[in-house]
This record gives sequence, structure tokens and C-alpha cells, in this order.
Amino acid sequence: MTELALLALQVTDPLRLPNLVPFMIFTVIKMITVFTVTLVGVALLTLAERKISAWIQDRHGPNRVGPGGLLQPAADGLKNIMKEETYPDAAYKPIFILAPMLAFIPALLTFAVIPFASPISTRWGRIDMVVADLPIGFLYILALTSLGVYGIVLAGWSSNNKYSLLGGLRSSAQMVSYEISMGLSTVAVLLVAGNVSLNEIIFQQATTVWNFFGLTIAFFIFLVAAFAETNRLPFDLPEAESELIAGYHTEYSAMKFSMFFIAEYSNMVTASALIATLFFGGWDIPFTLWDNQAPWTIWKTLATATAFSVKVLFFLFFYMWVRWTLPRFRYDQLMSLGWKFMLPVALVYVIVIAALLLWLDWLGIRPGAMWGAILGGVNVMLAAILFVMLDHGKLISPASSRAQADRLARLRAMGVRPALTPDSVH
Amino acid sequence: MEIRAYLPLLLLMGFVIMNAVMMLGLSHLTMRSRPTAVKQSAYESGIPPLGDARERFSVKFYLVAMLFIIFDIETVFMIPWASHYRQLSCAVPLSNGLCPAGNTSFFGLGEMLVFMLILFVGLAYVWKKGALQWD
Repeated sequence: MTELALLALQVTDPLRLPNLVPFMIFTVIKMITVFTVTLVGVALLTLAERKISAWIQDRHGPNRVGPGGLLQPAADGLKNIMKEETYPDAAYKPIFILAPMLAFIPALLTFAVIPFASPISTRWGRIDMVVADLPIGFLYILALTSLGVYGIVLAGWSSNNKYSLLGGLRSSAQMVSYEISMGLSTVAVLLVAGNVSLNEIIFQQATTVWNFFGLTIAFFIFLVAAFAETNRLPFDLPEAESELIAGYHTEYSAMKFSMFFIAEYSNMVTASALIATLFFGGWDIPFTLWDNQAPWTIWKTLATATAFSVKVLFFLFFYMWVRWTLPRFRYDQLMSLGWKFMLPVALVYVIVIAALLLWLDWLGIRPGAMWGAILGGVNVMLAAILFVMLDHGKLISPASSRAQADRLARLRAMGVRPALTPDSVH
Repeated sequence: MEIRAYLPLLLLMGFVIMNAVMMLGLSHLTMRSRPTAVKQSAYESGIPPLGDARERFSVKFYLVAMLFIIFDIETVFMIPWASHYRQLSCAVPLSNGLCPAGNTSFFGLGEMLVFMLILFVGLAYVWKKGALQWD
């Protein structure tokens, strides 16, 4: 007790990291807070998903349990704990039980390195608002997102069900393919930031421009790859209901099934947080610099945490919005988008950005407003070239409307009156 | 930054693993098991299952995994290059994280161009061979 009392009286430089004991105490507090917020957030997200789906499809959604269906996630959670767990006779049991855990663990670990607010100065020192401020920040995220594949593949294989196996295989090939584009698009971010620490990346964006403006094409590649990595529509082929029942989790029930869902939704949260951090300045409040410098007060922390949540919530909403906007890809389209379009574009883009940075350095233009404006201008041009001139429905959607138009023309030439298509309705 | 930065991560790993085990354990304790032969068989949309899933599958998936390793390692090589690009394109040591005026060098970009060229040849070869063709 005396040690704790001494600790409470201890005073250090408010800008330096605290000593080991207070550091670990604050870490435990942050860790439990982040874990709880993620799990409660995931529960509320399942409700939000159903509510937003209902809203987009013009129906009510869950509205019986609690006010406005607010207690629905709690009811679902309880139900999943109480439900009977089935173990298929043919399944390989050890891996069948291990797989949901392997999906769950990396999903909840990834958020650890993402800073969610500005630091606070306390009498024990500066507390960074991130669970583990690793110097290798970004590499850690790349490593853990790769581990997420194992849970799904092993679930698919160990179930010993044809649909599960197909789901698991599809998912492994898909996640692996888009991981390359994801990694390559972030190389551009690292080029601009010159560091792999996420706090440095945020600070660099705060002092120049958000990477969304400076690295627009990298943002689009990352966004698409993030959708594919989280197995969300339009990339949800691993669990395409119309073809594979439920894909890799066909044989799962009760809490094990739940854990796959918690993993999927917390991956969504992490992906949204990453998009916000890498391309939208993280916890930075736009147009001001007062939030990026000492003195670190609690008000700054609250304000920046709010800014971060707004950004993350927008991308979570975007996930659900896209779900009800785009139809699912065909498997060959998915693969050619990843390998034949995103991979070469990401490679060329890295070179273009590297050359541009070298040129700006040669001209003597230092990172700042002017530097950001040039980067932004070049990116608008590149985006225009990529999406308007080069594409024309050829690269991004290989099964383009063009093929459909050819077919219609053939049918018309044969004198067949084609069925009603979106093109023919005017 | 020292080794201390990694302690919270170890703590979090322990915490998350504990939670995962606890969740499965809790659900295992509270369930009532009533297995039947039909319930235990593989679900194939209601019809009796035909054989099991230990069959051969398309070699394409194996090919994708192999290509992934090549291109992912290449990404891993590019990350240190990217985070040190400013120094690599400067003939003298950086001052304040910036290159002193008039000292830019083509070294960093040139090296990556050579690397990329080899990669693009590889990608073109794979493409031409039809390894990326799925229909």
C-alpha cells in the first residue's frame, strides 16, 4: 500500500512516458476499455446492420426487444450462449473447436496499435491513447490480418462438409490475393510519412494534407482490399448463401458461430479505423493544429476521440451502405480485379509517388501546404486518367455491361425481342 | 522506444486468449447436448450427404497461394525501402528529417525501378501463362 501511496505522489515530466508501474496500470485500464468498447460496439453493430438494412429496404427491422430493438443484441448473445453446440461426426474435432478461436483472437488483437485520441498529460507522465504504441505499428497490422485467414480455412477444412471446404478455399484465395494490393497501397503511405509508426503517420497528415487527398488512388485500392479482407459484400463469396449455404461456418452453431461473427465485425471496426488513420488523419481534427501539440489536456483527448469515432462510424456505415448497393462478384471477376487490375495499378502508383516525391524534393518544395496541393493535384489527374479514360467499364468490372450490350445487339439482329434490362427501361 | 513498448501487447494477447477460451467454455457448460444421427451428419441442404469433403480440389488455389508468397515478400521488401526513401534519395545525411537543398539523389528510385522491372516481367510471365485466368 505504501508503494501505491508513493506512486500517487510521484511527479514526472508531463511530456515523457511514465515509469513502469504507472505505465502498466494505465495500460490495463486502456486495454479493458478498448476490449469492452470493441465487444459492445460489435454487438451494437449487428443491430445497426439490421436497422440500416431495414431502412434501405424500407421495412422496420428488429423492434420488439427493448426500445427500438435496442436489446436485440443482448438477447441474441444470450441465446447463442444457451444454444446446443453440434459436433458433426465427420468433423476433425480439435481443429473444429480451435478454428473459431483462431478467427477471434487476431481480430481483437489488431486494434491494439491504432491510436484513438491525442495523449493526456498526467502527473505520472504522458499517457498515449493507444493500447500498445509499437515502433513497428503498421507491420504488426499487416502480420495480424494475415493470421485471420487461418481461422476461416481451418474451419472450412475441419467441418468436413463440401460447402464449408469450398467456402474456406475461396476465402483463403481471396484474402491472400487482396492482401498484396492492401500492402502495396500502404507502401505509398509509408513513402509519404517516412515511418511505420501510426502516430507519425497521423502527425504527418495533420501537418500537410490528409492522405485521402495526397494519395487518392492508394485510398481506393486500400478501401476495396479492406472490403475483400473482411469478406463483406460485394466480396462475400466465402459465405455466398445462394451457392454455399453459409460457407465456412455452415456446420457451426451456438457460441462458436457467434465468435466468427464477432471476428468479422471487429475486423470491420479495425478496417474502418485503419482507413480513418491512414487516409483521413486518424484522430486529427481537420484545419487546426492545436490538437496536435502539447499541452495535452483531457478536453483535447475527448475532442480528438470524438473526431476519430465520427470517422470510424462513417466507414462502418459505408460498409453497410455498400452491402445493399452492389451485387456480389463472380469468382473470376474477383480474381481478375485483384490480380490483373489492383496489383499492377498499385505497383505503378508506388513508382509514380516515389518519383513525384523525389521531384518535389529536387525542386526544393518542403512538406507543407504547397507540397500537399501539388500532390493532391497530381492525384486528381491520375484518378481522372484511371477511372475515366483507362477504365470505361473494362478493367474494374471485367464482366462489363459491354458484354451485355453485345449480347443484346446479337439478339436484336436475330429478331428476338430481349427481356427487360435496366438499359431498355426509359 | 525500448522493449517496454511490447509489454502491453503480451498482456492484451493473454487477455484476449483468456476471453476466447472463457466464451467457448461458458457456452460448453450451459448447453444441453441432445445429439441425433441426423443432427450429426454434414448439412447438404437437407438431402442425405453424399460422401465426405476429403476430395481433390482445383490446383488453381495452390497456384494462387504460391503467387501470393512471391508478391507478398516483395511487398515486405518494399516497406523498409519506403520508410527510408527520404534518406535513400539524399546524397548527404538528413537534417531534421529533410534533405538539405541541392543534395537529392536518384539512388533510391533507381534501385526500386530495377526491382520493379524484374517484378513486372514476372507478373507478365504469370499472366501470359494463364495462371491468373479463372474461367
